[in-house]
Amino acid sequence: MSAVKLLRLASIAILIAIFAASLFANQLVPYSYSTQFREAPNSPPSAKHLLGTDPLGRDLFSRLLYGTRVSLLLAPAAALVATLIAGIFGAFAGLYGGWPQRAILAAADLSMALPLLFVLLTLRAFLPLDISPVLSISCTFLLLGLLGWSSSLRVVWASARSMRDSDFLLMARAAGCSRLRTIFKQVLPNLRPVLFAQFWISIPVFILAEATLSMLGLGVMEPLPSWGNLLRGLEDLPAVGANPWRLAPLLAVCLVVICFQMILPAQEEVA
Amino acid sequence: MKSQLMKIVLTGILSVGALPVWGQTGGELHFCLRGEPKTFNPILVDDDAAENVRYLTGGVLIRLNRQTQVLEPALATSWTVSKDRRAITFHLRKGLHFSDGTPFTSDDVAFTMRQLLDPATHSSTGDAFQSGQGNADIKTPSSDAVTITFPAPVAGLERQFDQVAIMSAHSPQKEMAVLGPFYVSEYKAGSYVLLRKNNNYWKHDSQGKSLPYVDSVRLDIQRNRDIELTRFRRGEVQLINNLEADQFDRLRHDMPGITRDAGTGLDAEQLWFNLSPASPLPEQKKAWFRSTEFRRAVSLAINRDDLSRIVYAGYAKPAYGPVSPANRFWFNSALQNPKHDPQTSRKLLAQAGFRFEGDALKDASGNRVEFTLVTNSGNKARERMATMIQQDLLEIGIKLNVVTLDFPSLIERMTRTFDYDACLLGFANTDLDPNSQMTVWLSSGENHQWNPNQKSPATPWEAEIDKLMRDQAAAISEKQRKADFDRVQQIVAAQQPFIYLINKDVLTAVSPSVVGAAPVVLNPQAFWNAEVLRIGPPTNLGAQK
Repeated sequence: MSAVKLLRLASIAILIAIFAASLFANQLVPYSYSTQFREAPNSPPSAKHLLGTDPLGRDLFSRLLYGTRVSLLLAPAAALVATLIAGIFGAFAGLYGGWPQRAILAAADLSMALPLLFVLLTLRAFLPLDISPVLSISCTFLLLGLLGWSSSLRVVWASARSMRDSDFLLMARAAGCSRLRTIFKQVLPNLRPVLFAQFWISIPVFILAEATLSMLGLGVMEPLPSWGNLLRGLEDLPAVGANPWRLAPLLAVCLVVICFQMILPAQEEVA
Repeated sequence: MKSQLMKIVLTGILSVGALPVWGQTGGELHFCLRGEPKTFNPILVDDDAAENVRYLTGGVLIRLNRQTQVLEPALATSWTVSKDRRAITFHLRKGLHFSDGTPFTSDDVAFTMRQLLDPATHSSTGDAFQSGQGNADIKTPSSDAVTITFPAPVAGLERQFDQVAIMSAHSPQKEMAVLGPFYVSEYKAGSYVLLRKNNNYWKHDSQGKSLPYVDSVRLDIQRNRDIELTRFRRGEVQLINNLEADQFDRLRHDMPGITRDAGTGLDAEQLWFNLSPASPLPEQKKAWFRSTEFRRAVSLAINRDDLSRIVYAGYAKPAYGPVSPANRFWFNSALQNPKHDPQTSRKLLAQAGFRFEGDALKDASGNRVEFTLVTNSGNKARERMATMIQQDLLEIGIKLNVVTLDFPSLIERMTRTFDYDACLLGFANTDLDPNSQMTVWLSSGENHQWNPNQKSPATPWEAEIDKLMRDQAAAISEKQRKADFDRVQQIVAAQQPFIYLINKDVLTAVSPSVVGAAPVVLNPQAFWNAEVLRIGPPTNLGAQK
């Protein structure tokens, strides 16, 4: 087995382990992610608090596991939404050309030209205030998914367009295949590797986008943890120097993003 | 014994020998402005940076001593206020000159006041003098006397003159000719303002030496506070105002003796409920928020000591009410200390018709008590306070959601759509006099945040506050004004339209190379006495660390 394959396997194993740990966070963590031990803010790692506590005295290990759950479940969901939008409209534009293609590509260009962060801030401000943190974070990721499709669409469109005049589609049409059958039986199976690649690429992008929003205080609402709002604890560099255990969320994000990147070439090779 | 004595003597000699020769005159003082000064015209000042420049360059008739909070003669040797508080007569110092050599006379005071009170000038400093219909009458019976008569009484009249920097009526340099300790010598937009010593400044020290001691002050324009702090550590900046609690704590840990906690400041952090009838909130929420017992119960459930200790590292005090104890004259010392008392809080809620089902609080109609607290995003301290309040309120069965919004969206909800439940923000108080807070306390005021711009007071207690605020503004005696405003503070403490949380300490840092600094809670904090500051030997604080 080559070293690359070994690395990929290791990456998959790590991702599975992290996913599993976050899914079973209820059983693994000693405290609720929101319980404030006000007598022990910023305490170092100990038997009571494995990764120490944050400035409000909340157990960092509990918050990290729950935060992993939030980020690792919702980022793929947002990636799925973005990939679906990119897949449907990209394939349509690539296969049918003409004015639908021009319209869709213009929309994608416009979307890419928009400053995503400001659009997100504006949309976030329009959300009702009296919603629970869980709904709020779901909305945030949904917005990320709904706004983050444009670059994937360009890739899907290019692949679909290269297929438009291919022999196998010409033969399918000559054999009397309906449009729907052509799309589902001929086009989509051929686009699948591209869509998979786009999906995997998007996951770390959305994790980091949520982290950026949280760094601005506009991501996941307190007290719900996410990697994004845990990373906010790193804003204060000298404090991190004094409390290096606060780097744990950064290590988790780096590890997961690297693991996703390690898996990705396998999909490209299939393509 | 003998060798021990020798050791002590030797140590003493070495210590004396190591003492730096401090307190030299001359040199340059460095500190930062946190923004671009929008103007150098003292009557048009409307921002902090320009106000700092005005403080350092402007000569005023009466100066509020930032340390004692007492008014002191400056360009005016004495003044008298008429019994009806409409007129004030100043007797001016003789033989003074502006920085460009132009003589100072009563014409300059008259010129400045006319400019200041001209509605076309749109001067916010001048707005403080607006007291009624008509124009002020300004007379100059001699070159060293001036009388200003206003159309109606002006509350705290003398105090307003602390902000009025006198301009020259005849100087070709116009507003750049000043009577303060320094004058603006150079200005590079976005980079720095260089002030040089005004050799015509009228003040001298007790030995008769002319002030200021330093030759120049360089004000670097630096918005980034981390960079300001780094430059301070390197010794490039010698004074810092308004440090954040965590920065101050770290600095104190790294460099003991550098940091100065001037004590509780004037600024408060507070939360309030949306009581506006125009808000689109459901009726049950409006009913909760209108209930005085509900507001008091929320106030009692909040552990202010924890907010101070955890969020502000102990550099804040639980807030008593609208006026900080730092405001020595106007603070109502009879107000009770804010308590953390969940038991009494629960009793109050029960009295108001709320009931507990398990851990959840429900109103008389069975609705779960849950509301959202909004605050501005990016302010770590407020976000942390909101999260702590969330846990405090859970103890009395209230579910609190915390939402952070960018500032424009927050202001939009607070002032136009009124689409919010409760808000957590801080108000900066720069003026000691309650008249500066008229728009906050009058029910018709636009800053009456819980229910702004009312046509008539919505509640009897708001009507009483309106009356008291108008009475104190028109009162002739300071004692009467104090009594009226004490009552306002009592009503606010009883009704809790604003739930005051903490008063932050004023935290500053002063380089050891600066001699004579004595930071105070009033602006400009660390450099209020810039004219008597001296420069010692250069220090590299980073290297010391």
